[in-house]
Amino acid sequence: MVLNQFLFLSALLFCIGVYGVIVRKNAVLVLMSIELMVNAVNLNLVAFALYNDNVIGQVFALFAIAIAAAEVGVGLAIVLLIYRNRRNVDLGTLSEMKG
Amino acid sequence: MSVLAVFNTGVLSNALAAEAAADKVSDGFLLANSWWLPVMSFVGFWAILLLAKRINVKNAAAYMGIAVIGVQFAFAAGAVVQWQQRTAVVVEHAESQSAEGEAHSTASDTTEAETSDETHAESLGAIGAASGFSLGSEEGEVVKLRPSVERSVSWYRNGDTDIRIGTHVDGFAVAMLFVVAFISLTVHVFSREYLRTDSRITHYFAALSLFTGAMLWMVQSATTLGVLFGWELMGLCSFLLIGHWWEDRDNTDAALKAFFTTRIGDIGLLIGIVILFFAGGKTFDIAVINERALNGEIRQWLCFVAATCLFAGVIGKSAQFPLHTWLPDAMAGPTPASALIHAATMVVAGVYLVARLYGVFWSGFSIHAGGMNLGALVGSITLVMAALLAFVQTDIKKVLAYSTVSQLGYMVMGLAVGGWAGAIFHLVTHAFFKALLFQASGSIAHSGSHHSFEMERMGGLRKYMPVTFATFTAGYLALCGVFPMAGFWSKDEVLTAAKTNGYTWAFVAGSLGAFLTACYMTRTYTKTFFGENRLHLFHDDHDAQLVNTGHDAHTTHDVHVGHVGHEGAGGLEGAGGLEGAGGHEGAGGHDDHGPHESNIWITAPLAALAVMSTVVGLLQWPKFYAFEHFIANITFEETVIARWGSPEFNLTGVAIPSSILGLLGIAIGVVYFKVFNHDFGLVKRGGIFALVHKVLKNKYYLDHLWTGVVIGFVKGPLAKAAYWFNQQGLDGAVDTAGRTSVGVSRWVYRFIDQGTVDMFANGIGSTTNNLGSGLRKTQTGNVQNYAAIFIGAVGLAVLAIVLFI
Repeated sequence: MVLNQFLFLSALLFCIGVYGVIVRKNAVLVLMSIELMVNAVNLNLVAFALYNDNVIGQVFALFAIAIAAAEVGVGLAIVLLIYRNRRNVDLGTLSEMKG
Repeated sequence: MSVLAVFNTGVLSNALAAEAAADKVSDGFLLANSWWLPVMSFVGFWAILLLAKRINVKNAAAYMGIAVIGVQFAFAAGAVVQWQQRTAVVVEHAESQSAEGEAHSTASDTTEAETSDETHAESLGAIGAASGFSLGSEEGEVVKLRPSVERSVSWYRNGDTDIRIGTHVDGFAVAMLFVVAFISLTVHVFSREYLRTDSRITHYFAALSLFTGAMLWMVQSATTLGVLFGWELMGLCSFLLIGHWWEDRDNTDAALKAFFTTRIGDIGLLIGIVILFFAGGKTFDIAVINERALNGEIRQWLCFVAATCLFAGVIGKSAQFPLHTWLPDAMAGPTPASALIHAATMVVAGVYLVARLYGVFWSGFSIHAGGMNLGALVGSITLVMAALLAFVQTDIKKVLAYSTVSQLGYMVMGLAVGGWAGAIFHLVTHAFFKALLFQASGSIAHSGSHHSFEMERMGGLRKYMPVTFATFTAGYLALCGVFPMAGFWSKDEVLTAAKTNGYTWAFVAGSLGAFLTACYMTRTYTKTFFGENRLHLFHDDHDAQLVNTGHDAHTTHDVHVGHVGHEGAGGLEGAGGLEGAGGHEGAGGHDDHGPHESNIWITAPLAALAVMSTVVGLLQWPKFYAFEHFIANITFEETVIARWGSPEFNLTGVAIPSSILGLLGIAIGVVYFKVFNHDFGLVKRGGIFALVHKVLKNKYYLDHLWTGVVIGFVKGPLAKAAYWFNQQGLDGAVDTAGRTSVGVSRWVYRFIDQGTVDMFANGIGSTTNNLGSGLRKTQTGNVQNYAAIFIGAVGLAVLAIVLFI
């Protein structure tokens, strides 16, 4: 099999995720971008597991998916609360912690 | 026994400890628990103070005091028996002499002792020769001594220094315990009658108990600190009792004088104790200090300095020349208190100190060298000087006070010429017969001369007061050193030591003192008990005199009004004997009757003391020397006693000449004072005798010296000079120091504080402030900024890892 293509796809996904996290103003989209980054890593784990003929990477990926699901649950709950309080989820206006 | 091994580190006690381990010597119960004695007194002191007035018994304080001292006396007597029964252990040289000598030389090497081997060899030979201390007198015979009973607890620790407090009970201590308890008992009983109308009898007996406790503690204390504690406590009680009748200004003055004069000496005592503490290897333990002083671990000059400082304390407390002036004034106190404190026990504290720390004095004063030393000089001067002063006194208590000073000089001289056992023996015998004489004089004042001690008011009392007369006679003969009374033996011991040990001049001074003593005591004796009674000559001014002299005046005469009727029957002459004397205290009753005998509360103590004054000397009967065996001390055995032993009884050289001198003194006294009834006949003719009389009357002008010259100088020129120096010198210095400080402070404030310290402090603050406001800008509150920085940082880190690893 060819590892390069998987790694390339993974890197692409990760970069899109980074871009989304830094640039998008919508909190839901930022969460989705984080999900992209997590899945890029998962892709890497599975690819290396196959490449090395070792099941541990796949197990690890399963754990990561489970944790990512929990994380998204918490993140969406936060976003929902922010929406209830402010009637929008624009990250640009969320600067109460400004020093 | 195990404690002994802890305390004494020398060869001797190691041998002892080994010996004791072999066959266990059990400490007697009373010997091991002798600390109960002072504790009983202190409990009694508080009990009398707090409870006596609540008990509905007349003079409950007196009975409480007598009960406590009674128990203590039984305790002390039991301790004497237990000490006598205590198993003696072999001290040394049961084996061949040479082997022992070897052991000693190695020991002296290891301890770096300066004592040469020859000294040890000599001392070993001498122990064999000193038959007084060996059970048999054969050469190479074993020497058996009783080990002392030691108990101590750690008072506090400071680093390696362990300050201990405890008791050291040996024969000397037991003898002292017995003497103190015995005399205190007689004094308590005597005081019950003598002060029964006194308004402050509670305080009197409380102070008496406290004093007894302090003395009982001091004589058994194992450390110099403990001795100091008892010593000062006794000084306090002395002050309280001299000033017991403080309504009279003279009495308070006398109390203050006694206190301050002894305090002057106590400064020396304190310094000496501190010197010994450091010189002896950070210990207050007397046995250790003695041993180290004797084996040379404490250097000789240090011993000399320490001994001289301690001797200052002795001069103050034991009323030696030139600080003896307080003792005659101390007679202002109640007579039984004088008998206990200022004749028998407290004033011998100084003598006790010298005897207890004898190793220090032995080495410091180079007593073994013979010839002359400070102690012997002061003692000799004191004994002759005070004896001369006693001639011109008209107050019987003052005569006895100067006699006490003289006899204390005897003891100090005896110790300083190497007569350790003899001086201690004189201390013991003197305690008995001088307490007797004082209490007999108290009996006279109480019943025979209307509370006056002026001998002019006495005379012919032997007819009126037979018991007092008989007991006074016993004390008189004992003091004059007439065979076989107590004074004969002890005085001879001291004189023999002086003669044998090469202190010929001290021997001469002592003999002269014995002669003078016999002479002035005969004067007192004849004036008091013989001739016509002169009391009636003074009846007119009796009441005035009563107020003026203040001595033992009963301030609460009206208390006993009820006795007046009884007293009429009591009769003149005290014909009713012991019991008929009861009612003489009544108001106004004094003019109605003449001298009579005191009652049983007074005569019983006198009789007990008279018996002791007669028989106690026999303890030193030649060949047996029971007293010397009793007090034999292990620490001194090797060096001090063995060096000369205790000199044998010297019949032809000392005993007979001194007896002849004493009898001659009595004879001259009888002829001069009684047959010709001169008293100051020669003085009236003027010339040299009048001059001498004047000097003696003025007590060698020593009081003038102290109050006029010394205190006057301190009060006048010295105080002025001190004030001037204070204003000009000290205050100038203080002012300059103050101004300089202000200037320096200002400079420091401006340049150091403001310029440097504050600059740093402010710098730290402002730097932090600036940094904070700079960093503050990075905190945008925008979560995407944080994420960008985070990702950027991770990216940089990954880049670094890829590039450099």
